Amino acid sequence: MKFAVIITLKKNVLDPQGKVIEQTLQSMGVNSLKNLRQGKYIEVELNETDEKKAHNSIEDMCKKLLVNLIIEEYKIKKI
Amino acid sequence: MNSSVIVFPGSNCDRDVATALTKLQFKNKMVWHKDSELPKSDLIVIPGGFSYGDYLRSGAIAAKSNILKEVIKAANSGCLVLGICNGFQILIETGLLQGALLRNKNLKFISKDVSLKIINNENKFCKKYKKNNIINLNIAHNEGNYFTNKDHLKELEDNELIAFKYCNKDGLINESTNPNGSISNIAGILNNKKNILGMMPHPERMVDNLISNSDGVELFTSILN
Repeated sequence: MKFAVIITLKKNVLDPQGKVIEQTLQSMGVNSLKNLRQGKYIEVELNETDEKKAHNSIEDMCKKLLVNLIIEEYKIKKI
Repeated sequence: MNSSVIVFPGSNCDRDVATALTKLQFKNKMVWHKDSELPKSDLIVIPGGFSYGDYLRSGAIAAKSNILKEVIKAANSGCLVLGICNGFQILIETGLLQGALLRNKNLKFISKDVSLKIINNENKFCKKYKKNNIINLNIAHNEGNYFTNKDHLKELEDNELIAFKYCNKDGLINESTNPNGSISNIAGILNNKKNILGMMPHPERMVDNLISNSDGVELFTSILN
């Protein structure tokens, strides 16, 4: 069973890389751009057939290591 | 006084700290990250560098290493712990110090000498400095932009837990004298019990007038006395 973990900085934390990408796209003429945040993408494959158990195990990984909950937030998606 | 310097793959200021400690009469031992026992220590130093190549987040992997379990136990029972640069990032990742260290606001690795004001000297790391004195230390980091929430910032201020702030040579503290975007120009903080100090600047690089200055000496001699 395979999952994607998407980690981004929380909304109230300054994301200077995201800002630079946003400003560059705007300077390239992308006028419709409203907001851009940069983050991390991690793929995790588990030896587990029960989806709920697998999800919980990934939640645990996020809380213990993958995510710094003070500044980051995360989403888990089955892929 | 016995000190231990923790060494990770990617540490690169470990020998500088060891040289500074030995020069200032500490009996120092180097401790490898895979070790599961700490030598008897009055001071544990977590040095600067790029532990585990800064993978995931600076300090995140080192914070889960074998020896850190022992460092956390020792810290919780009152042993003095000094985290410099990457060492500060590791202490934050363990939760021994609160807050976060983000990428520098200008997105650049900054390596230069900076002026720092001694904000609080009533702790075991700073007592040889005079309050409000200005010292010059070197910084060399990419993630040194200290961030914390308003409640914790107030706690740091009210309980005299801010050791150093970035300033200019006249002591002015504002945005123009802030190299990395740290909240309130913070360069170093203590925990509530004041036995743990995390700081981005490198005092170990400033212990010899021949190659730099000696503004880092008092930090180590404060600990000795």
